Amino acid sequence: MSFKIIGTGSALPEKVVTNFDLAEFLDTSDEWIRTRTGIIERRVINNESMLDLAEKAALGAINSANLKPSDIDMIIFSTLQGDYVTPSMSCLLQKRLNAPCQHVFDINIGCSGFIFALDLADSYVSLKKAKNVLIVCCEILSRFVNWQDRSTCVLFGDGAGAVVVSEGESLIDIKFTISGNAEHLGIHPVAGNSPFSESDQSRKWLYMNGQEIYKFAVESITRDIKEALERNSLSPDDIAYFILHQANLRIINSAKQKLNQPDEKFPHNLERYGNTSSATIPILLDEVNRKGLIKNGDKVVLDAFGSGLTTAVCILNWIS
Amino acid sequence: MTLEKVTAILAEYKEMDASEITAESTFEELGLDSLDVVEIVMKIEDEFNITLEMNSEINTVGKLADFIDTLL
Repeated sequence: MSFKIIGTGSALPEKVVTNFDLAEFLDTSDEWIRTRTGIIERRVINNESMLDLAEKAALGAINSANLKPSDIDMIIFSTLQGDYVTPSMSCLLQKRLNAPCQHVFDINIGCSGFIFALDLADSYVSLKKAKNVLIVCCEILSRFVNWQDRSTCVLFGDGAGAVVVSEGESLIDIKFTISGNAEHLGIHPVAGNSPFSESDQSRKWLYMNGQEIYKFAVESITRDIKEALERNSLSPDDIAYFILHQANLRIINSAKQKLNQPDEKFPHNLERYGNTSSATIPILLDEVNRKGLIKNGDKVVLDAFGSGLTTAVCILNWIS
Repeated sequence: MTLEKVTAILAEYKEMDASEITAESTFEELGLDSLDVVEIVMKIEDEFNITLEMNSEINTVGKLADFIDTLL
């Protein structure tokens, strides 16, 4: 016995920031951003909290599962950092929803967080330690990017995606790779003022070596997906949708070409939201699910890559 | 030989005639941005079975071919 996804939800901040908006204070252009990333606009929070966004996405998922918050007995919250360093977002969301949880925790795995959360949910559901697991991935990248660095701030956005996971037989395969490396992608911690610290405590931002990460992404997507399909005697032709982490349209196009599959199997929304780290896959999954695109029995591949460095791939047999 | 192979890879990627590419052609002249260069590097790695670490001094087709030769 494994799990199935019984509900999806998402929430985006109201505030839209277009490439043209960015070009007003950065030395960049809509054409430059669009041709290199595919991104046209992104959402950024102004007066909402992370908890507001997370609650909205969570309620969307709970409603679409035809459940009530009182049916949720576990919350896994994926984020790089919540509204507070402590308490955890999972505790705060439990209170907002008034959900009778036995287990709650936050995970910080970066962009692959959603698939790691699915794996955790699978364990708890399979061991019957939880019945209805709420997974929320919510990221506020606008807090971490340097808004004066045109090479990074244009890439990211804020958003939340959620699913409810329950007992079922959806999981075909799930696999991760982990390779600790802070050289090419990372975010420094917030400044402290310890008089005893000998390290530089000034505020630093998200940094990324775009070429290295692009290469890592394209190579890992094709390798992980091909290996996962082969392990299960499947071919790319058997897959209805490839829901890839939304970082860059050119990464998606490159993977599509290497897997030799048509455009319509690779839904994307990064042109509207940019890269929202662990939230991209559940937000996209919610959009695809609400449009009714995924049919009962469809095989769906989820694939993510990101800071860690980690990669994650999951094959689901969709049960609606 | 290496130059010819690199030229062929570039011509296929850019969908242009190999005769339009010379050793002196810069990536910029060929309309290749930084992410195109990564795609080319990956194709070269597959073709020559090597691992390439790019640096910004390698900016022409000829320099790239010479660099590959040092790794073979």
